[in-house]
Parts: sequence; C-alpha cells; structure tokens
Amino acid sequence: MPEVPEGNPVPEKAPAAPAPVAAVPAASTKPAPVPWESTLVQQLRTAYGDRICNATTFAGQNYIVVDRSVCHDVLLNLYEQSDYTSLTDLTAVHYPKDELPFEMVWILHSMSANERVRVKARFADGEAVPTLTDRWVGANWMEREVYDMFGVRFAGHPDLRRILLPEEWTGHPLRKDYGPHQQDEGWVRKNLGIESGQ
Amino acid sequence: MSDNQFYDSLEEEKEPGRTFLDSNELVLNMGPQHPSTHGVLRVILKLDGEKVNGLECVIGYLHRGIEKIAENRTWAQFGPFVDRLDYTAAVSNSMGYCLAVEKLLGVEVPKRAQYLRVILTELCRIASHQVWLGTHVLDIGAVTPLFYAFRDREDILNVFEKYCGARLTTHAFRIGGCRWDAYAGFAEEVLHICDDLGPKIDEYRDLITGNRIWLQRTKNVGYISAEDCVAYSITGPVLRASGVKWDLRKRQPYSSYEDFDFDIPIGTAGDTFDRYMVRVEEMRQSIRIVRQAMEGLMEGPIIAKVPKVIKPPVGEVYVSIEAPKGELGYFLVSDGTAQPYRVRVRPPSFINLQALEKMAKGSLVADVVAIIGTLDIVLGEVDR
Repeated sequence: MPEVPEGNPVPEKAPAAPAPVAAVPAASTKPAPVPWESTLVQQLRTAYGDRICNATTFAGQNYIVVDRSVCHDVLLNLYEQSDYTSLTDLTAVHYPKDELPFEMVWILHSMSANERVRVKARFADGEAVPTLTDRWVGANWMEREVYDMFGVRFAGHPDLRRILLPEEWTGHPLRKDYGPHQQDEGWVRKNLGIESGQ
Repeated sequence: MSDNQFYDSLEEEKEPGRTFLDSNELVLNMGPQHPSTHGVLRVILKLDGEKVNGLECVIGYLHRGIEKIAENRTWAQFGPFVDRLDYTAAVSNSMGYCLAVEKLLGVEVPKRAQYLRVILTELCRIASHQVWLGTHVLDIGAVTPLFYAFRDREDILNVFEKYCGARLTTHAFRIGGCRWDAYAGFAEEVLHICDDLGPKIDEYRDLITGNRIWLQRTKNVGYISAEDCVAYSITGPVLRASGVKWDLRKRQPYSSYEDFDFDIPIGTAGDTFDRYMVRVEEMRQSIRIVRQAMEGLMEGPIIAKVPKVIKPPVGEVYVSIEAPKGELGYFLVSDGTAQPYRVRVRPPSFINLQALEKMAKGSLVADVVAIIGTLDIVLGEVDR
C-alpha cells in the first residue's frame, strides 16, 4: 500500500510493511527534534557537565536526557534553583532491545514560569531508581504504579508494593515481553475459582 | 483468663494513667462495594471509636489495562477506549487524547471544530459536576439535590445523544477534529440549557448552601493546604479551593480557550465547603464559555486533513487539559508505526485520591465519606 488516495476506504489496521509516503499532508507542520538552548540548560551543564546527555525541544516541549547517576540531583536542582515545584507525573517506557531497557520519565512543572520540562534517564533491568518521595509526597503512588507495571524498583521508597494488581501477581504487564492476553493463570484459578480470566 | 489474672489486671487499673478498658483500635473495611465510595474503592480504616487513626486505600478492582490495550491498537482505534477512563466526563477524555495525537502529528484543528469541542467539553464539565454534586450531597444525607442534579444533567446527555448517538461513552471527537457537525437545532437546545441552568444552579444553592447541617458537615472538614496540594501533585478544583489560582484553560490555553472570557473561581479555606463552592461556580463559568462559543461558532470544516493511517513521527509528547477532576494528561510515545509505543494517562483522580489519607487522618469516620465525595474521584480513571 504505497500511496493512499484521499477518500479511499482503507482498513484502520495498518500493515506493518512499507510506510505511506504522504503519511502527513503538507498542510501540517510535522514536528522534528531540535536542540534546546536556554539558560536553564546552561546552568545544568555547568553543574553536571557531560552527564547532561542532551537537551531537546520536540513539538514545542522541552526535555533533558541525563545520566542515571545524576537524575535525582538534577530533579532536586530543578526544584530548588529553578522553581519547578510540581511533579506532574512520572512514568517509565520499556525498550527491551536496548542495553539499558527502562527509560524513566519525570514531568516537572513550574507554576511561576508556567513551563514544563521532562527529565529522562535510562536504567538497567533490576537496577533501583532513586525515589522522589523525599521531595514530593505525591510520588509515592506514581512510583508504586511504575513498580507494579514495569517491575522497576525504587531505592528509598517507604512502601514499595503493587498498587493496581494483587500483591501475589507474577509479571509486570507493561513490559513489552508481557503479552496482551497474558495473565497469572495460577492466581486467577486460585483466587477467582475460574479456569481463565479471558 | 484465670481469676487471678483478672484481679491482677484490676490491680493494674489502679495505676495512674490506666483506664479500666484499654481503647482498642478497630479495623473497618469500607468498600469495595459501598455506595459512598463511588465505585469500587476499598478503604481500610483504623478506628479508635469514631476517630480515624489511619487509613489505606486499596485500588485496582477496575483495572482493565487500558495503557496495555493502547499498545495493541492503532492510534485511531484507541480513541473509544479513553471514554472508559472517567466515564462521567468521557468528552473531556476524548478531547485530551485527540489533542495529544494532534500535537504529535502537528495537525491544526479547524476553528469550528475547536469551538464545537469547547461547547461539548464544557457541557460535559457541567454534567460531571452535577453527578458529583448529587452523589456528594446524597452521601452526606440530603436526598433531594440528587434528583435535581440528575434531572438537569439529563438535558445535557440528550444533547450528547443527538450529537453522537451515545450518552456516556460518547467518542465525540476524532483525531483532527470532530466526526459530526452540529445537528439541526443544536444551537437552540444548547442555548436553552444555558438559559435554564443559571436558575437551576440557584436552586441547588437554595437547597444546599445555607443548610445548617450541610455547613456543619463540610466546613473545616477535609482541610488541605496549598503547599500540601502541590506536594501531592493535586490539581483541579481541589487545588483551586485551597487558594491556588491555577487552571490550564487559562494558563496554557488549548482548543481556543484564549478566545473566551471566564473567571477561575478559587477558595480560601481548602475545606469541603470551599470545594463545593468552587465546583458550583465552575458550572456557572462553563455556561459563560458555552454561550460565547455558541455565539462565535463560525462556518467551516470540522476536521483537518488527517491520513487514513495515522503514523506520527518518532517522538513523544505530553499534553494535558483541565478535565472536570483536574489535570488530565496523555504522555504518548511514537516509534513511527501505526500503533502507539506507549500511552501513559495521567489520571487526576488517581493522583488526587492519594491525599485522602492526609485529609482524613484524625477526622471522624463519617467525614471520610464527605472527603471521598469532595475529592470527586471516578474509579474508572483511578484504576484504568
């Protein structure tokens, strides 16, 4: 399916093979990553050197990729020096083929400057991520959810248990190697008394 | 216990500082099937008499793995799923998701579609607040306002039904704009709702606001300070009732909200009563926005040119909107294929619910019901 003419009924499910050439019409401005230069990035680079791996703007949104050894320091630095007082969200993304498969994403928000910044760092499987509960109480449940869904442990977390799934469940569903229909059959049989949840 | 032990224990009683009966902490399970938890929320209460010494939320009963489902659907196919997050405000969920994908694609939504979206999301905000109002007041013991609120919500649901055929899980918008244009008679019906609703909100006020029982049950109940709100990442009316003037519609306008003139109601006390006042006032502000959007609704296309097969460029965006419950955000990661690589929903209910422990600790068990109500959570969104 090389070219899709407008108005031609095409099933929504796209074949994995070749991408349509004119995927996005010319009218739209396709976002592309550009380096993010600002005083904030300068400050962080002076403080942490090359452990600030890159700073990028994509679709008008800024993010900083940092080395995992300084991620906690960078986040607290943003809180203390640059008034990024709100932790909007934190989550993880799993890239199983990479050497460091877990990408942690923290979204910080400054109410005074009305700006958001994302901080990202890569972690190895089984490696503990420093907790943010020492600065933001609200990180507690967010980190528990990441632990539940990805099996990423947080060092220093006061109460690291599963939050959405039962405590005895095996497996972490949002890992890419966890199938969409996969479940803990043993748990389902034992606790629900049915053969399968499907 | 032998007799000797019993008498020994009475001897101990003579010691100063000891009472005949030790106060024992009682563990009480509230939910998951409890009408005041608004879904399947289980709260384990540690009680000393009527006083709450501690509590723990147990959630996940409604977990459907929405984020996992997203990774196995195309970008467009995931659209209807987001309606099942906050099912009392499905239109807002749809708005947030569409805006996020549009940001990733770099698509500009036609102005008419933006206005239509604003009209429907603001109506949805009113409907969501009406559900909150009716059930919250019912939890506290007043039965009548529930019928008033649900009666008036019916008019809004009728508009949704005529617009897209569904009343709750609407799937109202598509990536790039709207699927349907306003139907014949849309303007009259919407304006009729706007005219009607003002006096109806006055009615709610007459029924509730000055009521002495209501005041006693809500004033100084479930206090949370502005600092704590920020520490807990709380957003939405709860944050505003604590005195923080923060509304994404004003501060980071999306979908043409900058065109409309409206106020952000804020509270001062940060208690249940202020949160009530903030939400009721938000309904009035929503009416104002709907009127202006109706007036300014121009002719034009309702959907941008979006390819049949949506393949956003490699990258990631975080887009958030001011949903009725708070900041609803979507963090999308695209690997350039037709399916999302990762969809993270930042659910306002989940994050606001975390503060329940802080707000309810030290209060009476009856107040826990009021505090769950005032947080305005929807378990579909908490558990996803």
